[in-house]
Amino acid sequence: MLFFDMMRDPASLVLCAIALAGCSGLPGLVFRDGTLGQRLAAVAALTSSLLALPSLLYLLLGGGEASFLLNWNLPFGPCEVALDPLSLFFLIPIFLVFPAGSLYALGYWPTASHSSQRSVTFFYGILACAMALVVVARNGALFMMSWEIMALSGYFLLVAEHREAEVRSAGTVYLVASHLGGAALLLLFASLFMITGGFGFPPAGSLAVGAGLAGTLFLLALAGFGSKAGLMPLHLWLPSAHANAPSHVSAVLSGVMLKVGIYGVLRVISFFPERPLWWGAVLTAAGLTSAVMGICVASAQKDIKRLLAYSSIENLGIICAGIGMFLVGQGTGNQRLAFLGLAGALFHVLNHAIFKPLLFFCAGSVMHAAGTRDLDRMGGLARRLPYTAFFTLCGAIAICGLPPFNGFASEMLLYLGFFGEARAGQPFVALGAPVLALVGGVAVIAFVKLYGIAFLGAPRTAEAAGAHEATGTMLAPMALLASLALVGGLFPQLFLALVRPAIRGFSPDLAHAAVLPIAPLWFALAGGSVICLAALLFLFLHLKTRGSAVSAPTWGCGYLRPSPRIQYTGSSFGALFSSLSGSLIRTRITMGAVTGLTPAAVRLSYHPEETLLHRVVLPVLNVVGVGCAFVRRLQHGEVQIYILYIFVTLMLLLLWVQ
Amino acid sequence: MIDTIFHVVLVLAMPPLLLGVIGKTKAAFAGRVGAPFLQPYYDLARLMKKGIVLSDSTTWIFRAGPVVTLAATLFAALLVPLGKHPAPVSFEGDMILFAYLFALGRFFTTTAALDTASSFEGMGAAREVSFSCLAEPTLFFALITLTRLSGTMSLTPMLHHVTLPVWMATGASLILLLAGLFVVLLAENCRIPFDDPNTHLELTMIHEVMVLDHSGPYFSCVLYGAALKLYLLGALFVNIALPFASGNAYLDWVVFAAGMLLLAVAIGVVESVMARLRLIRVPQLLVAALILTAFSLVLVVR
Repeated sequence: MLFFDMMRDPASLVLCAIALAGCSGLPGLVFRDGTLGQRLAAVAALTSSLLALPSLLYLLLGGGEASFLLNWNLPFGPCEVALDPLSLFFLIPIFLVFPAGSLYALGYWPTASHSSQRSVTFFYGILACAMALVVVARNGALFMMSWEIMALSGYFLLVAEHREAEVRSAGTVYLVASHLGGAALLLLFASLFMITGGFGFPPAGSLAVGAGLAGTLFLLALAGFGSKAGLMPLHLWLPSAHANAPSHVSAVLSGVMLKVGIYGVLRVISFFPERPLWWGAVLTAAGLTSAVMGICVASAQKDIKRLLAYSSIENLGIICAGIGMFLVGQGTGNQRLAFLGLAGALFHVLNHAIFKPLLFFCAGSVMHAAGTRDLDRMGGLARRLPYTAFFTLCGAIAICGLPPFNGFASEMLLYLGFFGEARAGQPFVALGAPVLALVGGVAVIAFVKLYGIAFLGAPRTAEAAGAHEATGTMLAPMALLASLALVGGLFPQLFLALVRPAIRGFSPDLAHAAVLPIAPLWFALAGGSVICLAALLFLFLHLKTRGSAVSAPTWGCGYLRPSPRIQYTGSSFGALFSSLSGSLIRTRITMGAVTGLTPAAVRLSYHPEETLLHRVVLPVLNVVGVGCAFVRRLQHGEVQIYILYIFVTLMLLLLWVQ
Repeated sequence: MIDTIFHVVLVLAMPPLLLGVIGKTKAAFAGRVGAPFLQPYYDLARLMKKGIVLSDSTTWIFRAGPVVTLAATLFAALLVPLGKHPAPVSFEGDMILFAYLFALGRFFTTTAALDTASSFEGMGAAREVSFSCLAEPTLFFALITLTRLSGTMSLTPMLHHVTLPVWMATGASLILLLAGLFVVLLAENCRIPFDDPNTHLELTMIHEVMVLDHSGPYFSCVLYGAALKLYLLGALFVNIALPFASGNAYLDWVVFAAGMLLLAVAIGVVESVMARLRLIRVPQLLVAALILTAFSLVLVVR
């Protein structure tokens, strides 16, 4: 009876779903062969999502909150777990993308071809569970533990193909960056412990400390959470990590795990009753810089997943700029700017959690079909993968922020925020609008390139020519996400209904004071009209030319023996813009010399460089490594001695405390 | 209601005439008689009757390109006021939709170009997307200046706000803004000095090379869409440049149409007296226009 009563409580359902997600990989460890384990994992993931999503929506829309005290016998104070609107909001992407990826993995990462399937399935569930725990934790110790589990399970997922050197080095960079960020967070929670006297999170707006201390805490949070969210220049780990992980894992890492960083920033900001103006300025500047730099570098990439990873940096930059606008608005008493900034940022969190996983799923299908991540070796896939091509097109339009998809709606809110300042007190805030326009323009370069080079034209290699469409379990999640992207663009009020409670919970005065300056109806009208007009015109022209269409080779401008190799490649498509942006994007071009009247064959290769990582950070780390070589003697791989280290450290600490 | 009908008729019927006027102006400069003013209409009608040739490598995207571009431009046509009459569709933030509809059109034009597997069309597409992302911030700077002046975020009140007294007060800023907008107008519509619509060297073209493989009714869609885009950005320009209101509704339509024809003559003059820029100079001019509009913003903010 008690059980059924509990089941009627949506908050308990959410916690059950979190636990179920964590256990979803367990059957796979028992059933050693066959696909049963993976199927059970997918069923568990879907069930957890079916339990969680309705409860989340119910709680969020109904204004419900819940808080639980777990009884753990650890010396970190009471272990509180709470579901407030902000937590509920950030749980939605987790329970949307996690089951979608789980379903996708059935076709994409089957046991038959991947010996690592069992561990991937296991850690995939653990990752989802840990992310959800991070979002609901109200105790610094629980938060850090979940954070660490999240980071480590992310590591084990991304090194699934650890036989490749590239994957291993990506994993190492991720691990180092993740722990540097973790160190900043340890400092943050230690400072909070010193101030409040406990590990429990201070209630919203209750942490009244001096300006200097508050600023330090803010910067620590920005360093720790910003590195997880991939803000430049803390993004170094992100591109190679997201490129080398299995695609459904990349979808979760990019669509959800980066948002956990954003959640952390928002949560820490909510502790403080007063937020100085410079916090907003720092966040806006960091966000816009990340957005511009991220998308410029993305436009130069030729690896389809690396391009998507850099575009995540751009999108997280946009989200961060929105939060910055919110803080600037609050600091100057401008409710309108604060509302539009926060609403735009949270709306974009949802949107990015829809179209980025969609695009990673599409990239996975493409890699599955063409056997490569290199755009320059694809081409003509739209004929062979028509459904994947269509969903990619939807995702590409959405991520460029073009109407009628959801990216446009959230960017519109940010634009309105920026433009509104042109007539008010801080006209220089309006300068964000042209920057956002530049970002939008470069995003079109990056995604026309991704879609056009991979899917259109003629196949550049035999593998691309022999590609095949993805299976139904891979297409279904893509179809779901693509239709959500369209719904969000036509009816943004549906998504904004989820955003509003989160804003209300975060800043109670804001949601009542500010109204949306644009009626959501216009999105449906504009988007619907364009779609209908286009459909009518298409049908009209199709019927008109149906009988008279002749098929012929592409006009080769007089050249009679064209080959697919002379097509414009992705590298050449992005090269013009790279040349304009100068030293921002460095590319290494290696080419043999062309000599004589009848030159022999020469090779030319083109590699976008990770300038900051390879020219600055790694050399510095190498020097540090040489200087600290003596420490390496402590690292010998003998586990029992490591446990001894832990014990000795604990003893020393106890002695020190005594 | 009558305004809406006038708006729709004018915006649907007039764009090709601008091309005719530009052609005639250029012919006059070259000492030729030139094609009749209505030649672009004849061309469109002739293309509508023709059959089409589809390249082997293309998919439905190739045919959707011109169609979506035209549909997006047609909706954008409802957002710009023509002269002193309000636009049929007007709401806070419509200017952002206006800019983004063109971006949607660009997305589809360039993907359709890549669908043909032709290296030349790929080149054109790469140039189009690279140059437009420099032109886009210029348009946004101009819109911020206008928002600052008028205090609204909708095209109709924003452009109607620009009257003679406003010109008297902020003339310097508006002149810089117009200069920037004129450059954007030429660049976005691929006119000389950015691109030469009449050249026959595929290597140097931008817009024309992207549509090499389109034929028949689809090509007429492309041409009509391009004319419409020229007309809309031209209307934005003329609304600011001609701040007069006669007081009579019908006379205002005439003043606006005359303004558009004058603009077409001006474009024809520019095309006659200037040479096409080398491709590497194009971004420099675009950045110069960007800075001009940024200056116009600084002048109204100070």
